[in-house]
Amino acid sequence: MRRIPWGLLIVLAAFLVPSLGSRFYTFLANDVVIWALFATSLNLLVGYTGLVSFGHAAYFGIGAYTTGILMKKLGVPFLLAFPAAGVVAGLFAVFFGFFCVRLTRIYFAMLTLAFAQIVWAICFKWNEVTGGEQGMPEIPYPDFGWVDKAAGVLPFLGGYRTSDYFYFTCLILVALALWVLRRIVASPFGRMLTTIRENPERAEFIGVNVRRYELAAFTLAGLFAGLAGGLFGIFNRGVFPDFAYWTKSSEVLIMTLLGGMGTFVGPSVGALVLIWLNQQIVSYTEYWPLVLGTILVLLLFVFPGGLAGAAQSLVRAMQRKRGPARA
Amino acid sequence: MPELSFVIAQCLSGLTASMFLFLIASGLSLIFGVLRVLNFAHGTFYMLGAYSAYQVVQWLGTGPVSFWVAALGAAAGVAILGGLVERFLFRHLYGKEELYQLLFTYSLVLILGDVAKIIWGTQQKSVGRPPGLTGSFTVAGITVPHYNLFILLLAPSIALAFWFVLQRTRAGRFIRAAALDRETLGALGVNVSALYTGVFVLASFLGGLGGALITPMRAIVPGMDTDVIVDAFVVVVIGGLGSFWGTFLGALIYGQVLSFGILFFPRFSIFAIFALMATVLVIRPWGLLGRPLK
Repeated sequence: MRRIPWGLLIVLAAFLVPSLGSRFYTFLANDVVIWALFATSLNLLVGYTGLVSFGHAAYFGIGAYTTGILMKKLGVPFLLAFPAAGVVAGLFAVFFGFFCVRLTRIYFAMLTLAFAQIVWAICFKWNEVTGGEQGMPEIPYPDFGWVDKAAGVLPFLGGYRTSDYFYFTCLILVALALWVLRRIVASPFGRMLTTIRENPERAEFIGVNVRRYELAAFTLAGLFAGLAGGLFGIFNRGVFPDFAYWTKSSEVLIMTLLGGMGTFVGPSVGALVLIWLNQQIVSYTEYWPLVLGTILVLLLFVFPGGLAGAAQSLVRAMQRKRGPARA
Repeated sequence: MPELSFVIAQCLSGLTASMFLFLIASGLSLIFGVLRVLNFAHGTFYMLGAYSAYQVVQWLGTGPVSFWVAALGAAAGVAILGGLVERFLFRHLYGKEELYQLLFTYSLVLILGDVAKIIWGTQQKSVGRPPGLTGSFTVAGITVPHYNLFILLLAPSIALAFWFVLQRTRAGRFIRAAALDRETLGALGVNVSALYTGVFVLASFLGGLGGALITPMRAIVPGMDTDVIVDAFVVVVIGGLGSFWGTFLGALIYGQVLSFGILFFPRFSIFAIFALMATVLVIRPWGLLGRPLK
């Protein structure tokens, strides 16, 4: 029997959100989709390679500013401005990563933080280019004029709002990006990253150039974070310096941890749960950080494997009860 | 070229900022030196010190000693909180991954930051300068408030006292030994777990004191915790994580770079500071006066 293509089913189901749910649910779903990519990109680094970055927001911010500046100030179409976010963020990641992977553990984390703060400081102060403290509001949506023409031929395409079309665009792009990331972690290259996480010394002994692998992982993580940032700037209708501030980096770390590091779907689950919870809780109380902090404490003390880890051990416990699982 | 008196004034304002940073960062560095953990919540302890001092001053009114009682009381309160956190929560994460320890301290930032908002609201608070230190004096065209002078004298005294405790007392020797090899220290019969609590209490005291003493100079606002912790990170990274005099040097450098950076390149002074942090990490990851970790 073939395995059920869950990923495809989820993406197809997500396409129905604008038709079935309200505008508000589309907004939430769009938020989740973008953060899922951002968190998964971090997981490549933290979960798979074992490098704890405290400055991943830098690449998210760089991507957001790249797309934002290209589309708003230079009128570049989305089709070019979106990949540019990944390219520019990836280039920065190669440059910063070159220095970071030379350090270990706490120093690695500190240097990623330092570089992220440099990016933040530039975004915050360079008024002419980034808009400074005020950020850059009113990033335009991509041009969806062609959809109306296409709707003449394919009627099911018509009748949505621009924000819905943007949601569909995000959904397709993020699904593609996640598919590529999935292929990366399942490839021999990805396996080697896991080997490095488990035992960098042994990997070095068998002739692996650990730093080069780590730099490759760092660059890829930066690139995909940049793509997520590019989408987020448009979705958010503006790009602001706090996209690159260190608290953003910890938010995405929490998301990754909540879902479960080292499992592929974990960070996406984390994004879904955190954003949904945030929406639920914000209507009762303004003290979301308090709730988030409490969740984090519970997570660290009770479910260190995150939601995905807890689910896995639950499934395993049930299988054990039913006897060995048949293949 | 700016006038000499202006340069000296700028230098003094940088020094004052350095002294506060030293008070805060020395606690951070102490915890890192012994426990090998970067305590994100240290900035929160500083903020709680500031709010608590404000609160005690509100209760006591403006008597001649109320500010001093408030400052010491706030620092002591924060110290107790730090001890409780270590004893009942943080302790259970020893031996787990570093990331979990970091995220735990970050969860305290989130929780306590909101608790402070619940108690004191989001309006900014301020505390007047203590009686006797409200004036200022002028030397060679430079005006120096008495309170700044007091801080410039107090912080180095605390540094010296702290250094004396570390170098000359039994407890200080244990702390230094724990930083080098905690297992051997435990095997020699020292109560390492009590020592850890003690280190947390002392470090939190310094953070809380820094927060309490800064209240006459800066407004108390939500968000002061996440801003100051990054500054403190910069200081300890430049000086050397876990290095005592390194922290002092890092604070001096930070203060001068910031105050002269604002003078010459007002837009890029923050940039300069993080660039300095990155440069130190690239060239000498263990900091100017630190030692490489094993």
